[in-house]
Amino acid sequence: METIAIEVKNVSKSFKLPHEKHGSVKNIFVNIFKSKKGYEKQRVLQDISFSVKTGEFFGIVGKNGSGKSTLLKLLAGIYSPNTGSIQVNGQLTPFIELGVGFNPDLTGRENVYLNGALLGFSRAEVGKMYKEIVEFAELSKFMDQKLKNYSSGMQVRLAFSIAIRANSKILLIDEVLAVGDAAFQQKCFDVFAELKNRGTTIILVTHDMNSVLRFCDRAMLINRGDLVAIGKPTKIADEYLELNYESAENNKTENKSKNDVTKPKITGFKLSNKEGKTEHKFKPGQEINAEIFYKNENKTPTQFGFQIFNEAGVYCFGTNSKVAGLEPLLKNTGSIKMNFKADLTPGTYFITVASMNSNSTVVYNYKAKIADFRITKETRYEGVALLPHSWRA
Amino acid sequence: MKHIFSKKNRALLSELVRTDFKIRYQGSILGYTWSLLKPLLLFVILYIVFVKFLKLGSGVPHYPIYLLLGIVMWSFFAEMTGLGMGSIVGRGDLIRKIRIPRWIIVLSSSITALINLFLNLVIVFIFLLINGVDITKSILLLPFSLIQLYLFSLGVSLILATAFVKYRDVSHIWDVALQALFYLTPILYPLSIITRILFQKLLLISPIASAIQNARYVTVTKETTTIGHVFSNQWANIIPVLITAITLALGILYFKKESKNFAENL
Repeated sequence: METIAIEVKNVSKSFKLPHEKHGSVKNIFVNIFKSKKGYEKQRVLQDISFSVKTGEFFGIVGKNGSGKSTLLKLLAGIYSPNTGSIQVNGQLTPFIELGVGFNPDLTGRENVYLNGALLGFSRAEVGKMYKEIVEFAELSKFMDQKLKNYSSGMQVRLAFSIAIRANSKILLIDEVLAVGDAAFQQKCFDVFAELKNRGTTIILVTHDMNSVLRFCDRAMLINRGDLVAIGKPTKIADEYLELNYESAENNKTENKSKNDVTKPKITGFKLSNKEGKTEHKFKPGQEINAEIFYKNENKTPTQFGFQIFNEAGVYCFGTNSKVAGLEPLLKNTGSIKMNFKADLTPGTYFITVASMNSNSTVVYNYKAKIADFRITKETRYEGVALLPHSWRA
Repeated sequence: MKHIFSKKNRALLSELVRTDFKIRYQGSILGYTWSLLKPLLLFVILYIVFVKFLKLGSGVPHYPIYLLLGIVMWSFFAEMTGLGMGSIVGRGDLIRKIRIPRWIIVLSSSITALINLFLNLVIVFIFLLINGVDITKSILLLPFSLIQLYLFSLGVSLILATAFVKYRDVSHIWDVALQALFYLTPILYPLSIITRILFQKLLLISPIASAIQNARYVTVTKETTTIGHVFSNQWANIIPVLITAITLALGILYFKKESKNFAENL
């Protein structure tokens, strides 16, 4: 039973940006005489089409200014598209910001009722949930104080515990929801997971790839208002990282063409254990062999970079072949091996590799998350690195 | 249209009105009493100035009550259009971040003003009784005047609220326009001091003036000149009703056309 929750067809959106702050009657007259438009048109989204199935956890990723928040507001019905259509089947609740309508001069209790009404609850319904909301927020003692006397953490907790009561079929969640300390983020994610189990359609807009990898069934990437890719989160994650990298590179070396066929290319990657058998699961401290395959038609002097990231995106380790004392490679095809000890704590890790010129100023080819591996939970080690250690009493 | 008064929208509306009211009297000692006290004090001032010093309206029986009712109805119009105009801009935070029907915001501000009107009318009725005004069955017609005034104010509020989003000049223009309208409405002076019938007719086709005069006629004194008298035809009441209908229709159309762009224009 696959039904469509949201169908977006050829949506474009542009904004008029006034040259001066807000138009006034005077400006209108002045501009008539100058025969000059008082605004510029800025295209924010161009010809976006996609659909989200019922019960799907869908991610929308993009950098700042890519148009993802505008898209979210279009889906929420806050903006209306210039062209194209958006069809939403079922009740939809947008969470663009927590605690919308919170008033600092009202008490916590009054704000719960107000915010509840904005989410579509009647007074009686909020009354029924009131105890749960307050307990979840751990604020029982403070409900009769004015909101302005709450700390920002308390406000967020209160807003969040109201928000999660929203009982709609479709939720739009903006990344701002996932701010706060680690414990609160965990709480958010637990709720997302629970909602997902309940069959709620969720659309998450973010630039944090980890939450997309962790929750989404499908994702799409937008950049400067264009839909770049749509598909499996892992695929989108790679595209996204490459996009970020490319734009950083483009800024540095503008004349480097992207599709330069002559540049050294990474064609494959293999992880294996000591015996040379392909493997993706290792014990802490075990030896790991990595092999990068490449193609270098012009025999450009090349060296290779190697990076390990953990699940949270923390850059755990990085090195390159030049640091290890290797001469830049001049062969037109072949592979380079790297051998390391997995002195890492249990968890999942991602490997990123790149080919570069001999002094690391130009990246020829960058492969984000080309492979991943797991460090098994043999012993309870915590943190990032597994340092060789011993205890003495 | 069928969703206009759905359970959800009603809950939202009542919550917005409640908030408006609570915030308005935040931190004041007398609180809600101010809603009653304000028109009362205003009345005292006007009474002293116009009845005692200027001796206007000596020909009208119960002139103080006549004056009070006019002021109360005018204050309602001024308050409602003022609140309505700022309502969309004032709730910009909601409009940019959540999907709620925009008209609810204008409606909630109008209900705030309406509540004040009813509180003020309580004061008027107390004075009616104290003054020994002969209350007749015709008082049952009072709601018609109030409905006309409310719908006209609503139409004006919708237009002002919409225009104010784009042009902030509107608030200054409206300040001046309100002053002009105030003196163009026979609130402080009895209509009889205007000698030319044509001018009387022109003043009374205003939905505000005709509503006030009709209300005075049915509650305070039959000595009130209403639009029916000036035109010597009760059917003349149709004119302000038509003006009200047109204003409201224009307001709704304009608001509807622009409201989808509120979020980005704010």
